[in-house]
Order: sequence, then C-alpha cells, then structure tokens
Amino acid sequence: MSNVRLISRLDIKGANLIKGVHLEGLRKLGDPQSYADKYYQQGIDEIIYMDVVASLYGRNNLSEIVERTAENVFIPITVGGGIRNVADVRHLLRCGADKVAINTAATKNPNLLSEIAEVFGNQCIVLSVEATRQNNGEWGVYTDNGREKSAFEVREWVTKAVKLGVGEIMLTSVDQEGTGKGFDLELIKMVSREVNVPIIASGGMGCVEHIIQANQAGADAIAMADVLHYNKISFDDIHQTCIKSGLHVRKIK
Amino acid sequence: MHKIWPPCEENKMKIGILDYGAGNLKNVCRAIEHLGYDYQLITSPQDVMNAEKLIIPGVGAFKVAMEQLAALELIEPIRQLAEKSIPIMGICLGMQLLFETSSEFGSTNGLGILTGTINPIPDVNSSGDRVKVPHVGWNELIVNNLKSSIINDLSKNEAVYFVHSYRVEDFDKADIVAHCTYNDLKIPAIVQRKNVLGCQFHPEKSGTVGLKIFKNFLKN
Repeated sequence: MSNVRLISRLDIKGANLIKGVHLEGLRKLGDPQSYADKYYQQGIDEIIYMDVVASLYGRNNLSEIVERTAENVFIPITVGGGIRNVADVRHLLRCGADKVAINTAATKNPNLLSEIAEVFGNQCIVLSVEATRQNNGEWGVYTDNGREKSAFEVREWVTKAVKLGVGEIMLTSVDQEGTGKGFDLELIKMVSREVNVPIIASGGMGCVEHIIQANQAGADAIAMADVLHYNKISFDDIHQTCIKSGLHVRKIK
Repeated sequence: MHKIWPPCEENKMKIGILDYGAGNLKNVCRAIEHLGYDYQLITSPQDVMNAEKLIIPGVGAFKVAMEQLAALELIEPIRQLAEKSIPIMGICLGMQLLFETSSEFGSTNGLGILTGTINPIPDVNSSGDRVKVPHVGWNELIVNNLKSSIINDLSKNEAVYFVHSYRVEDFDKADIVAHCTYNDLKIPAIVQRKNVLGCQFHPEKSGTVGLKIFKNFLKN
C-alpha cells in the first residue's frame, strides 16, 4: 500500500488566501504563507497554491509567495493558475515550485503538455481538471474556475493528457466544491478507470469519512481547503481519525 | 548580500552541488542553506575535482542528463572523485545516474559507479494488482543496513517523499541501505557503496526526516 497524501489547497487572489463555493463568491482569509507554514508544521504532505484570478490577467502572480514559502517549507509545492508556456513553468520551478498545475492553456493547446514534459518530465505536471456533470451523464471540462466550458469531456481529456505526458491529475468537482458534502465519487471512479496516474480528489471535503470514500473510489491524494482554513476540523484530528479508520497516511513524529 | 561562513569547522569544506541543467536544484540548495552549510554550484570538471562533498541532484530524463554530463566533460571527474573516497550523494535521477545502464529510450550507459540497471516501474505487481506510475508519495523507509551513518537519528519507519517512474534493479544487495514498498513492489530507496550514496526519494522535500538525512551526509 501507499499512503494517501493529505494536501492543503490554497486558492489565492492577489495577496490573500480566499475561499468560495463552487469556485465563486470569493472570501478573503489572509496571508497564504502563514497558512502554508502552519500546515507544514502540523504535518501536511503537500501544498498546492492556485492563483484563481490568473487566467483573467493572463499570468500567474504567485512567484513571490512561492519563493518565500519554499525557504522554510520542505515538502512538495504545486503551483497553478495562468501558466501558458515552458518559460512560465521554468520561472515557477526556479521560484521553488516542484510541480505545476495546468488547465486552461492545455485545453487550448494540448501539445503544451508534451512540450513541458519533454523539458521537465511528466512528474512535474499536474493536470488540473475542473469538472461539471452534464445532462448526458458525462462530465464536461471547464476552465477559468468553472466559468468557461471547454471543448472536452473529462473522459477523453484525461486519456489524451496522460498520453501527452502528465504525472498526476487534480480532479476538482465544480458541483461539490465548497459544499462540504463530499467528493464526486462517480467522477473519481471514472477517471481512475481511464488512466493509470495518481489522482488528487478536490472539491467537497466536509469530514474524514469523505477521504475514505474518495480513496476507495480511486483517489491517491486528497486536496483540502476550507475544512482546514476555517479549522472546521483541525489537521491533527483529520490525521488521527484517518489512522483510527485504518487509512494509510504518513505517520507524523 | 554577503554570505557569512557558519561557525563550525566542518561547515568549511567545499560542498559542491552539480548544476548540469537537469531540473530543479534550488530546493536542494535551500535545504543545505537551512542547515547552515555553505555550498557552491559547480559545472566545470575542475570544480568537481576540487569538491570535498558532491551532491548530484536531478529531475527528468536519464539519457538527456548523461548527454549533458558528457557535453560538460564531467563523467570522468565524477568517477575519479568516487575513487578518491570523496563523499558523493545522488538524488532521484542523480542517484540513478550512478548505476550502469538505463532502459529509458533504448539503453543508455550511466556513470557505472554502482552495480545495477534502471528500469521502468511495472504497471502491475506480481499479484496482478494495478500499480500507478509515476510513483508519487510518502513511503516508509525499511532499513536493511543499520550501520550506515546516513540513517543516524532516524526513528523506525520514517516516511520520505518519492516521485519517479523508474527504479534500480539487478543491484548488489550489500549496497541497499534502505528500501520502500510501493504496492508490493520493492524499491531501493537509499543505496551506498563506501563514499558513494544515493537517495531515490527527495530529501529536500521530505520534511524534517529529509533534513536529517542531508545533515548526516554533510557532517560525516
């Protein structure tokens, strides 16, 4: 068995950590770095920084936050939002990111994924998928925080992207995001059947039971946002409950 | 800004971090700095020969990395350093380069300092269960050789962060200091033959455990 990775996802607008529902209705929570430091000290496995307004401005504004965080936080850091080309990736890696999460630019130009993979390796690319359930029972791929519909359905898109060279998939259910009602398990099951790369479940966590469900559905990692940021459940409680439930998570000493 | 030399005598040795264009070495530098050590990024054969400790980081493709080492004329100097008993630590791809060959894109020769070959992680295990590739995540170190100083001060079963699609096979058992299991597959995690050491995982991304491993390498 491999340990389920517990990841804190920090959505950032300007200089602030923010949180919304269904990726909208953003609320400011404060300095993202202090949250990242706190979660690192508590034993989180990874950190994901997403610039949620980057696509609007056409660039990622997280360089400074990433650089400051990487000075004291010695766990993997993924950065996403507004990454358009190989040069953007190189810049963020130099700032201290270990992986980049890509959505909008890849849906517009899928070959960008193989261009990045050739230079930095597949393990460096997290495909960020914002999925919404359609009337036909499939899931559509959205961009710009669930605002824009792309030409792809999730099923074909993840298969294509893995062939082009992504090392992980962060699967955000726009329907569940911010509701605390649990992950979209059918979505996770479907993607897990289609591809053989690790899946990060994102959007909907409200209690520890949801982590167990997502893992059983095929998720290898869990992205947690407002459940941690609002301290609805402390990380320590989440971790302890995972262990008591028999879920394999990293032991923290 | 002027760099202040740390006070301890041991910190004054020349720690070289090899910069051969393979991936992200800044986080390795930050971890070394965080521990209070000074280092030099090195790219020339001369600098390699003068190093008193050498770290070979690396993310990316084996073949490209070997081509870069060849273009910079670093292959022989690294081999000579290994023979001179200078401590060398390879990280992830940097560890894999220490071995004989890799089957990534046909067959590519490595540095040949350690015995073994680099092959893809299979996508099913011997029980027929699916194995996701790349292997990404925190796995516990299962120590095979308690005598190695690289694991000093580590508690039992500490976890470290892995991200890789290839692993070492056909190795010399005596060289495996620790391994991990990933869906029942055995993955060499720390390898060591005398002064030459390699970590398949990323100590710079493995929290306090990774920092301890670096410290053990730097002070011994």
